[in-house]
Amino acid sequence: MKKSIAKGRPRVSAIRITVPKREQHRFYGHGLPHVDLGQLSGKLIVVEGADGSGRSSQIDGLVEWLEGRGHATIQVGLKKSTLVSEELDKAQNGNILSHTTMSLFYATDFADQLENVIIPALRAGFMVLADRYIYTLMARDLVRGADERWLKNLYSIALVPDAVFYLKVSPEILVQRNFAKSHSLDYWESGMDLGLSRDMFDSFLKYQKMLIDEFNHLRRTYDFDVVDGSRSPAEINADLRRQIEAVIHG
Amino acid sequence: MTKTFAQLGFPGRLIAVEGLDGSGKSTQVYLLKRWLELQGLKVFFSEWNSSALVKSATSKAKKQTLLTPTTFSLIHATDFADRYERQLVPLMRAGYIVLCDRYVFTAFARDVVRGCPPAWVRGLYGFAAHPDLTFFFKADLEVSLQRILVGRPELKYFEAGMDLNLSNNEEESFRIFQGRILDQYLAMSAEFNFHVLDANHPIEVQQSLVREVVASRIDLSAFVGPLPTEHA
Repeated sequence: MKKSIAKGRPRVSAIRITVPKREQHRFYGHGLPHVDLGQLSGKLIVVEGADGSGRSSQIDGLVEWLEGRGHATIQVGLKKSTLVSEELDKAQNGNILSHTTMSLFYATDFADQLENVIIPALRAGFMVLADRYIYTLMARDLVRGADERWLKNLYSIALVPDAVFYLKVSPEILVQRNFAKSHSLDYWESGMDLGLSRDMFDSFLKYQKMLIDEFNHLRRTYDFDVVDGSRSPAEINADLRRQIEAVIHG
Repeated sequence: MTKTFAQLGFPGRLIAVEGLDGSGKSTQVYLLKRWLELQGLKVFFSEWNSSALVKSATSKAKKQTLLTPTTFSLIHATDFADRYERQLVPLMRAGYIVLCDRYVFTAFARDVVRGCPPAWVRGLYGFAAHPDLTFFFKADLEVSLQRILVGRPELKYFEAGMDLNLSNNEEESFRIFQGRILDQYLAMSAEFNFHVLDANHPIEVQQSLVREVVASRIDLSAFVGPLPTEHA
């Protein structure tokens, strides 16, 4: 309804920028020490999904739209922290760390970004667009046999996002999109470390199916919107914009 | 309650030493190691914060003081997990006596003083079995401090708890920080069955107690190693 009102107004009024409605943020559990949640005026928007689900193009579309509407944005992703991203890459290339270690390494990377990028940006009133969040990390670990209670405690430091969109795409479509993009499948995105199959194509399909199952399972605890990722990028983006609009207006 | 290695059916036994910096625990664990080794037993010594990969991340972070209480806690847990999964567990499976200079209790004390929720920190280390025997070297705070201050011209940033802004003076900050850690240790002493030793006593007095306790709690004859294949 609000959208149609905005549309009907004369062009000049578009200069009047909506200040996002302030809502109290909260942590999933224990949270982080020394953070005043009352100061976080920005919005945290998470886009989840496998490689090839269209995450980055959706985020690009949202950034353009948000900036056009006068909102400051910042993008964050996994394995981007200054603290450990280099070491994580090294560990991944050598495939030398065991599961618990790898989980904790990723959690460190996440915590570093949460504290040093996400929270300061939210405090400054930014729209923070996260290319993946704790759910991907948890789903990957669950597939590898991690204890769910242990994982939930680990990520109880995370901030509850204002919106989470999970771009759900079938493994069959994902495989085609990955080939169309790079003509190859990624070792980790194919779950080759799990020994599901020596055939990478086969392993990819099985692994992505397992991840989808874990996402469905995680939905019971962590509320997120499942978005049909098989539609056209424009259709999906319009869908996301509509929901983010609701977040902004509160 | 987390189980010990013995309770989980591991053939190995893990002995941990805990205490403040400067409590003399490293000296004691070294002497214990020598005693066990010289009897021809299968012994392995492991130190807190020693895995190579994580070391590279922590040293960089420490230099740049990028760490927050949460990432400090997580990165040490990562380091521990790496050592635990790749070294401690296989050795415990192989029937070793593993000596650890600091174990999860160090994190339980330090991270909580830094402001992390106790339940969260304990949960992080929930994957790790507990030691079969834990010695806590309890020295007077001033004794520990003097040992540290004499031995080192400069206190390390995190060791002194400088990240907590307790005081601009490093020595003062160290004093407050270590005092709080000591309180944490003492508070969990009963819960985790610490064998508390008076670290103000002479080295020899402490070591004979350590050896006595180890001999009475662990059947050492079960840890005889293979005969050496050649004489040097």
